[in-house]
Amino acid sequence: MPALSPDEVAHLAHLVRIDLTDEELDHLAPQVQVILDSVASVREVAADDIPPTSHPLPLTNVMRPDVVTPGLTAAAALRGAPAVEEQRFRVPRILGEEA
Amino acid sequence: MPTMSPLITATAAELAGRIADGDVSAREVTQAHLDRIAEVDGALHAFLHVDTDGALAAADAVDADRSAGRDLGPLAGVPLALKDVLTMRDVPTTCGSRILEGWLPPYDSTTVERLRAAGVVILGKTNCDEFAMGSSTENSAYGPTSNPWALDRVPGGSGGGSAAAVASYEAPLAIGTDTGGSIRQPASVTGTVGVKPTYGGTSRYGLVALASSLDQVGPCARNVLDAALLHAVIGGHDPRDATSIDAPVPAVVEAARSGDVSGLKVGVVRELDGEGYQPGVIERFREGVQLLAAAGAEVVEVSCPHFRYALPAYYLILPSECSSNLARFDAMRYGLRVGDDGSHSAEEVMAATREAGFGAEVKRRVIIGAYALSAGYYDAYYGSAQKVRTLIVRDFEAAFGQADVLVSPSTPTTAFKLGEKVDDPLAMYANDLCTIPSNLAGNASASFPVGLADTDGATGPLPVGLQVMAPAMADDRLYRVGAALERALTQQWGGPLLGQAPSLSARTGGPAGATGPEKGNQRA
Repeated sequence: MPALSPDEVAHLAHLVRIDLTDEELDHLAPQVQVILDSVASVREVAADDIPPTSHPLPLTNVMRPDVVTPGLTAAAALRGAPAVEEQRFRVPRILGEEA
Repeated sequence: MPTMSPLITATAAELAGRIADGDVSAREVTQAHLDRIAEVDGALHAFLHVDTDGALAAADAVDADRSAGRDLGPLAGVPLALKDVLTMRDVPTTCGSRILEGWLPPYDSTTVERLRAAGVVILGKTNCDEFAMGSSTENSAYGPTSNPWALDRVPGGSGGGSAAAVASYEAPLAIGTDTGGSIRQPASVTGTVGVKPTYGGTSRYGLVALASSLDQVGPCARNVLDAALLHAVIGGHDPRDATSIDAPVPAVVEAARSGDVSGLKVGVVRELDGEGYQPGVIERFREGVQLLAAAGAEVVEVSCPHFRYALPAYYLILPSECSSNLARFDAMRYGLRVGDDGSHSAEEVMAATREAGFGAEVKRRVIIGAYALSAGYYDAYYGSAQKVRTLIVRDFEAAFGQADVLVSPSTPTTAFKLGEKVDDPLAMYANDLCTIPSNLAGNASASFPVGLADTDGATGPLPVGLQVMAPAMADDRLYRVGAALERALTQQWGGPLLGQAPSLSARTGGPAGATGPEKGNQRA
């Protein structure tokens, strides 16, 4: 694998919406690289004929009866919100400057 | 020599019996544990929140039920410490993270609901690595927890708070969660019992998700029977968890009472040994296996050649799942919000909040997960890791063809020093070498104390755990083996292993006294 640069880590950080400082990027990039190098060994045994396992139980489409059950009240759902307005979650503007 | 109250050194089973008999009230038992927390938790920091009023009210309700002649469950009135990754209505749930500081959940997790229904008294929330990511509890945003055996050592992680609370007699029972060893590894390094039930055996509803295909709630206790009693209370099908197994809880309590291992085939995993394992850990492990043989078990050696790939596969699968799960912390519906000043967009606020609210290890794993899942690298990383998961499952299938249970050390070393590995992710990850395969396969596993090992000149000997792994839904075998070990070893030691721990009171400014072992480990 080519070495992961702080710029590439910055790109990943943008994808996962974490504003990293330059200091953090410099500290994290080599650590992430070391971790990725150490886990790359999984490729040694991952042959084409081996099916992937995503989940330990062979369960599919677990359904419940289509019956209304009580949920949270609006007040309970909003109580932990950072900002509330007119019985709704108040969020910052959703469009960026360029929009 | 300080003497601890017999109410805090008693087992959970004994306490429940005495409360049911009217010999002691649930309130007295709860108050004794609250007093113990007040005495020693300043030095340990096992709790993030103590719910004094809620605990006393729950205890009073048990006492009222008893007075009214209502039936009490087998753990009614027994205090418990709850890992702070499970929701409990109106009680702070932080997951050890700044991003959830002060959040009061509007609902109970299924685990809490079942504990309440059983009359278990929840004392408070215990410290853990942030979102359960870690092996030392040092990744908590609220500061580390100390190991009761040596205050300058880690109590393991991520459930270090739960293990330390149990080991220090702050609570006879605790709840942990195990994604890669977070119940078993802390149990191992604190000399306590910790069980990871079969995946789907306990509900994940109300457990703040780390890696959904790996996470499992389980019991922590000072002895095997208490762990089984707690397992029986929290286990069983929950329609609110789509991965919950719709089958009865395995007969764990009966197995813990029996301890009969005659004829049981015990497979020693060849690959979980050798380089990197502390000599004292290997010695105690081998002695434990010999005790099982002496109790009638048939010991065989098994090979699981792909276990060496379990750690790398885990550190791809876990970050991938957690990068997705932690996307919910977006500063919009709950938790921290930073930079909402009218000029920043929702995305900018989100990124600033996650920068301020997440610690270093969470950032590392979320970024690695994003990388492993990104186009161009998916097949090489996440896809390969999923194939390794298949190989691990096959290794287990082959091994369980030759043995009823598998055994290994729970962790390669005894407790390490606080700060020693905090900025060395690979060294930290290696603590979970033995415990991870069971999470990847989703089977049942546990750690049981098997003695002490010399660690270095500076500290006295520290606890060693023996791991038992059983096929899915054969959780009862864990308890059968654990009870056999416990029976043989307590006879050898003349009491429980925790009886050999140095006095905590003397080291924490509690009642003055000698630093020898505390009295009170005798059965109350």
